[in-house]
Amino acid sequence: MKSRNQVFKLCQKMKQPVKKTKKLKKELTLNQKINRRNFISFTTFGVLGVTAYGGWRWLYTSPIEVTGITGGARKPLRRALNKTELFFRRFFSNNNQVRTYPKSMAAKNVRHNSDIGVDGKFDVAAWRLQVNKITGEKLAISIDELKALPKTEIIFDFKCVEGWDQIQHWAGVRFIDFVEHFQLHDETRLGYVGMETPDKGYYIGLDMPSAMHPQTILAYEMNDKPLPLNHGQPLRLIIPVKYGIKNLKRIGSISFSNQRPRDYWAEQGYDYYSGL
Amino acid sequence: MKAIKEKHSLAMRWCHWVNFPILTIMIWSGMLIYWANDEYKITLFGHTYVQFFPDWYYHLLHIPQRLAEGMAFHFLFMWFFTLNGIFYILYTIISGEWRELVPTRHSFKEAFLVVLHDLHIRKMAPPQNKYNAAQRIAYTAIIVMGIGSVITGLAIYKPSQFYYLTWLCGGYHFARIIHFALTLGYVFFFLVHVVQVILAGWNNFRSVISGFEIVDEKPEPSIQTMPKDETAS
Repeated sequence: MKSRNQVFKLCQKMKQPVKKTKKLKKELTLNQKINRRNFISFTTFGVLGVTAYGGWRWLYTSPIEVTGITGGARKPLRRALNKTELFFRRFFSNNNQVRTYPKSMAAKNVRHNSDIGVDGKFDVAAWRLQVNKITGEKLAISIDELKALPKTEIIFDFKCVEGWDQIQHWAGVRFIDFVEHFQLHDETRLGYVGMETPDKGYYIGLDMPSAMHPQTILAYEMNDKPLPLNHGQPLRLIIPVKYGIKNLKRIGSISFSNQRPRDYWAEQGYDYYSGL
Repeated sequence: MKAIKEKHSLAMRWCHWVNFPILTIMIWSGMLIYWANDEYKITLFGHTYVQFFPDWYYHLLHIPQRLAEGMAFHFLFMWFFTLNGIFYILYTIISGEWRELVPTRHSFKEAFLVVLHDLHIRKMAPPQNKYNAAQRIAYTAIIVMGIGSVITGLAIYKPSQFYYLTWLCGGYHFARIIHFALTLGYVFFFLVHVVQVILAGWNNFRSVISGFEIVDEKPEPSIQTMPKDETAS
């Protein structure tokens, strides 16, 4: 405890006026104030502007990624695409379904955009769908086996990454029914499905949730007729939760993996996910 | 006797100048995307008036064959555009600055008078606070347009996952048209905005960088205003 004396001394000390150490600043004139504020704000503006421009140049001239599974994009932009994919995957749900339309609204002239992977000579009769199981076993499935499974029709707005969309009518086996019938449950526990054309000229990778979406179809009919050659005879993928670039024509083989399978357009700078 | 009059808050200036380059990049990358399927045009009675866009325009701006690049830029800068917009709207609401910005029930009539004044058809402009009636409408509309761009953008970016937004925008195809039209709106806004800023002069422009204007203490208004009761109805 402090003695009375000490407390008294302390009180005396507090009464002493504070010594002024600094000279009083002269009040700035209005013009000085204006100039000072202009200087500070315009300098800040200039510095931030130059920094922003530098940042833009850095991004714009950043190196293109080395082509592996993905390619063709600036490295930071590829990182951004992959991060953005993770964010938007959270919104993915089997309950979110693509809008379907009455059959009368389906296009009679179905737009045909590209022949990559389906342009060579092709023997339809010899075609078998090859499924590479994780056990190493390979299935060879004929089109008749697939047609024997429950058929599902879908009339939906097909969306191309280029920007056009068209209401189209497709029918085939739902991918989930296909998985069920051929007992591919162990395979679908992996992260990705890969599909390639028989000539391996076109290939896509799908994340498993999108592949297992109830509207994903292995299609063998278009407008109630077997697929024409330029639409991927005899079997193609119709996956409404992806852009057209993932809707592979003429499926030759299907495989499963935990790594992203190779993907034709992801190698050319496009988003790997390309989900809708 | 001149004096300093505070005008724009730091937050407002920040948002304005951050938005400017971001929106420019969004419009540019949007054009890279649009090029891949450039089907929009303005046609009336069978005659096409405007075709978006002519070839010389694409080549001048080096647009062709850059779809993937355009998408990659667009889907990165969409984050900054949206976050900056959310920050601005929250700031405007919390600070109370919205009161100076949102049109009042007199604004639409007054805005017409402002336009007449600006076109030198009418001598008097209605009295105003920080923003005149035309500015209130324009600066609120541009925010609504920004929200519209984000919503139509999401509606065409993930039409399956955000199907309700796509539905709200009248379907995928129409949402895309709105998204495009809003961009034309920004360009139109920009042109008018820049002309107005040039006409308003240095004092006004400086206030968007340093925050203040210099005013005469004994104000002799540069634009003559009508007595209050003439506009109040």
